[in-house]
Amino acid sequence: MPSLKDLRNRIASVKATQKITKAMQMVAAAKLRRAQAAAEAARPYASKMEAVLANLASGISGSDAPALLAGNGRDQVHLLVVCTAERGLCGAFNSSIVRLARERINALQAAGKQVKILCVGKKGYEQLKRQYEKLILDVIELRGVKNVGYGEAEPIAQRVIEMFEAGEFDVATLFYSRFRSVIQQIPTAQGLIPAEVPASGGASLATYDYEPGEGEILASLLPRNIAVQIFRALLENAASEQGARMSAMDNATRNAGEMIKKQTQKYNRTRQAMITKELIEIISGAEAL
Amino acid sequence: MAGTFSFELVSPERVLFSGEATSVVVPASEGEMTILAQHAPLMASLRAGVVTIDGGKRLFVRGGFADVSATGLTLLAEQAVALEDVDADKLAGEIRDAEEDLRDAKSDEARTKAGEKLEALKALMAAVRH
Repeated sequence: MPSLKDLRNRIASVKATQKITKAMQMVAAAKLRRAQAAAEAARPYASKMEAVLANLASGISGSDAPALLAGNGRDQVHLLVVCTAERGLCGAFNSSIVRLARERINALQAAGKQVKILCVGKKGYEQLKRQYEKLILDVIELRGVKNVGYGEAEPIAQRVIEMFEAGEFDVATLFYSRFRSVIQQIPTAQGLIPAEVPASGGASLATYDYEPGEGEILASLLPRNIAVQIFRALLENAASEQGARMSAMDNATRNAGEMIKKQTQKYNRTRQAMITKELIEIISGAEAL
Repeated sequence: MAGTFSFELVSPERVLFSGEATSVVVPASEGEMTILAQHAPLMASLRAGVVTIDGGKRLFVRGGFADVSATGLTLLAEQAVALEDVDADKLAGEIRDAEEDLRDAKSDEARTKAGEKLEALKALMAAVRH
């Protein structure tokens, strides 16, 4: 039986925790709004890029397609770019991305392929290194970055392209979490190299003039497309992270509230029991006289 | 004849311009060109330079593509900024910094990078002065 003082202390500590989770929830809500706006602002560029790429890709096919578009014809070595958050306390956000990546790694390894991992974000690295330390090439931390900009995505893309050109891998896949709503974030795997090109509508097959040439444009468009894809993944991730944190902290705040209620009840009962006990002692003492 | 067409200027971070225009001057890699309504489908890469909308609003863009289709003109710019938002003094400071970077650059790679940055800043400066 805990003493009254113990109970009081416990209630105070749960209340303090509740204040923290409540504050974190509100901060996440404010950040989410910003992250969502950024993700939405980036959408037109990405979708236009996709349309242009689809248009170009429908014109070029077969053996003369660049390697970034069609792949280099092999699929022995896979590179997984796993984008996660820098911070925890956001529910299952990080682990669900890692779980998806892990499933893919196991499937690839079972098929006898070689796997390499490039981690973006510390949390994913921490979870993956327990099992796959030898496969991880490097970690890119975005710790100091407050708002993800295109400037962060570009160097990552450059790195991936350099590695591809050096023949270090054949197929690249990007793992991130797509933001659907505050309570729903979908871990997603997206092909990076070869590029996933949506089928273009038949109407857009107009004969284009190209300046300079078709090949040159495609050659400079494809690396840019990879940067845009990574940029979009980072933005979606940022929004998802804040959404996940918001609902996780909302849950935590509610749990703390419930706990306080229970503990307060217990405290009151114990207090009442003590008063009754004391009264009994006094009365039975008086009766004995 | 003076029809309008829909024009969009988008950078990875946001949409800078979206609306109707009658003429847009685009700094394509092989020379400036003016796009009017009913232009034939065209795809061109851009160099650093100024986009002029209807002879009035001027924006600086760096790297990207112009896509003219039946529906209108879309500019995908890697970097874009409205000229009226650029502060000439601040820019001059940035150019000085970039020149220093170029002098201090140790490896070839860093030198190329600093040179590119300086060139872009100078192009922007020229556009502002113009």
